[in-house]
Amino acid sequence: MTAFHSLLQALQQILSPHQLLHRDEELIPYECDGLSAYREKPMLVALPDRVEQVQAVLRLCAEHQTPVVARGAGTGLSGGALPNREGVLLSLARFNRILDIDPVARIARVQPGVRNLAISEAVAEYGLYYAPDPSSQIACTIGGNVAENSGGVHCLKYGLTVHNVLGVKLLTIDGELLEIGGAALDSAGYDLLALITGSEGMLGVIVEVTVKLLPKPLVTKVLLAAFDDVEAAGKSVSEIIAEGVIPGGLEMMDNMSIRAAEDFVHAGYPTDAAAILLCELDGTDAEVEAQMHIVQAVLKTRGATDVRLAADDAERMRFWSGRKNAFPAVGRISPDYYCMDGTIPRHALPQVLCGIADLSAQYELPVANVFHAGDGNMHPLILYDANIPGELERTEELGGRILELCVEVGGTITGEHGVGMEKIDQMCVQFASAELTQFHAVKAAFDPAGLLNPGKAVPTLHRCAEFGAMHVHHGALPHPELERF
Amino acid sequence: MSPAERFASRVADAYAAKQPLRIEGSGSKAFLGHPVDGMPLDTRELSGIVAYEPSELVITACGGTPLLELQQVLDERGQMLPFEPPLFSDQATLGGVLACGLSGPRRPYAGSARDLVLGTRIVNGKGELLRFGGQVMKNVAGYDISRLMIGAHGTLGVIAEASLKVLPRPEIERTLVLDMDASQAIEAMNRWAGQPIPLSAAMHDGDQLYLRLSGYASGVDAAIRRIGGEEFPESDGLWLAVREHQHPFFASRDDATALWRLSVPSTTPSLGLRGSTLIDWGGAQRWLETDLPADTVRAAVAKVGGHATLYWHGPLPASTPVFHPLAPTMERLHQALREAFDPAGILNPGRMTSKP
Repeated sequence: MTAFHSLLQALQQILSPHQLLHRDEELIPYECDGLSAYREKPMLVALPDRVEQVQAVLRLCAEHQTPVVARGAGTGLSGGALPNREGVLLSLARFNRILDIDPVARIARVQPGVRNLAISEAVAEYGLYYAPDPSSQIACTIGGNVAENSGGVHCLKYGLTVHNVLGVKLLTIDGELLEIGGAALDSAGYDLLALITGSEGMLGVIVEVTVKLLPKPLVTKVLLAAFDDVEAAGKSVSEIIAEGVIPGGLEMMDNMSIRAAEDFVHAGYPTDAAAILLCELDGTDAEVEAQMHIVQAVLKTRGATDVRLAADDAERMRFWSGRKNAFPAVGRISPDYYCMDGTIPRHALPQVLCGIADLSAQYELPVANVFHAGDGNMHPLILYDANIPGELERTEELGGRILELCVEVGGTITGEHGVGMEKIDQMCVQFASAELTQFHAVKAAFDPAGLLNPGKAVPTLHRCAEFGAMHVHHGALPHPELERF
Repeated sequence: MSPAERFASRVADAYAAKQPLRIEGSGSKAFLGHPVDGMPLDTRELSGIVAYEPSELVITACGGTPLLELQQVLDERGQMLPFEPPLFSDQATLGGVLACGLSGPRRPYAGSARDLVLGTRIVNGKGELLRFGGQVMKNVAGYDISRLMIGAHGTLGVIAEASLKVLPRPEIERTLVLDMDASQAIEAMNRWAGQPIPLSAAMHDGDQLYLRLSGYASGVDAAIRRIGGEEFPESDGLWLAVREHQHPFFASRDDATALWRLSVPSTTPSLGLRGSTLIDWGGAQRWLETDLPADTVRAAVAKVGGHATLYWHGPLPASTPVFHPLAPTMERLHQALREAFDPAGILNPGRMTSKP
């Protein structure tokens, strides 16, 4: 009997037939996540619905030395949930129950497969909400959010997932249940909650999450400002913040994104603007009023050609819909697009935008820019056609160059999408060998056999050496101490 | 060789010699943990602000930088460290408060020390100088090792440099005082925290509830009208005293009672433990002065899903664990992580657990 059949038989003992998929046609829906350029069919898909079943699956995989890739809704954009050909894809999608809402303590205990937006919907009757709002919030799950440390458009003021989660229950590869954090604000020992958040399924499998809920602001207002110069828009962003205003959201779009979004959702964007800023201010009436004066003054001084205040909730939603639909909107004007996720210090924005424009010309691929301007997180979208031979490869190379530019100005290769499979080579640019070795040591403390999501998030030094050999940066080989293969 | 590299090379030498190190800043928080038998390693030789750009809302400074110096630089530009770090001495260093993971009264509303850390350079137990995170708000490249350092008491690495998110100082801060007992106060703290008002601290000293509001004058005024109560005139002084343990509640340091920090869910009713309690962090942090045995205190706190840290031993034997003991599986994982960062066990051995 092959190893495959032995594992399959063992899994059949703990999972019902509809919880265990192994036929080709059943596996296909799981072959990629939101990054569809990378595809791989798993050996098996497990769909447990009880924690004991997840424990048993993990124990069996550990016993059979079989890789395990956890998956929520599969909306991730970095290939973090890309299956392993010789492994089990562990779907947590059936863990979709909200276990407990405590409106007084302002916390909710939820299963990992609960959708991000479903939490805010469930607690809305108490005047509360869950703050992180990635643009996939209608579909993405909280377990995936924790694994990726997801952000959204309100991070500058309200933080990322790591700031809004109080506890997780985590299963180790041996099926041991760890309770990390809880309803208190901190816990004894090391801050494992911070370590787990954003660990991309490499350290354990999340089976429960306790989230923090915030009171909904009384008033939310959105300003739309148009600029005929991208740099002026960028400077307005820094100046609004320098004036002491922390907007709930502060987003920027360039002309190509504006036009794509306007064609798609008719948000009322000025299609002739070089850039627009969307600035959301929230709080009490008095607070919003005070901030509005400051922001309007900055926008005026910086030469905004048009400043519009959303007249009502409907217009506010319309302003946002253009931004939130920017990715699919760009998808309509190009056969394929590739979404990047670098973060830079805000002051470097004009420099990086120029750099991207140069690279775009050099690679002959258009790039649209949408930008969480408040926190420096940019999403350049590279437009390409996968059916043209070599174009995907050229796109990936251009993407890599953009990320390296982000690192060069003091930023990072990923702000909120994660490294996954996609940015694994750029990790070699951002981190030195000793740092990567430290990451591997942390991984080994949780998962010595390396069975959880193998090959993702942290490159091996060999991989970096190969990448470095292909890719000489500023005339200097990265990781010069390594042998070249 | 840069100062940080020189510093790291000393740790590398100690690693080669398997020489345990006692990591020290000013010693302002030396009481918080078990004594370490090792060669002193003074972090204050790595001092100074590395980068500060107010409009980026980020400051980067060396671990040995005095917090007062840091705060002064921020103050000049109208900004602050949102987590209100407790100093416990005017010599306190940035690295010390981060290693101890301490945050002041603003913590539930503006985030903790670890929440505000964006990146670090650390020296691990092999003497390697490593950089994690960065100077930007969003960064998910690699595991979040910077935040793992916060509250690790130097046992996973020495903080050579840290980048922190800073925020504008609020235009105004005012404090209200309301007469009520502890259980009414716990209820009120949680109720107000669930309302969209600019709450920035909530404390009950045994007799009265104090609520601080911070922000734009007009917003604070509106909240004050809504909440009622009396305005407390010495707002800044009150919260400084609570943060620095100079409030009268903390005055007695004798052999009769121990001082505990209890971290519990904010809605936890009064624990009914003998002694006196000051409730901070909107109910989530409780200071307890008691003559009860450690096991009694820890059992009561564990039952409600919290943990207890011993700040002052008082009548308790010196061997009483300072930090809440971990479950065996968790302890094994901690040990594995320690070995991942410090294979020779030279970084503050025994600081957190009393046994190395």
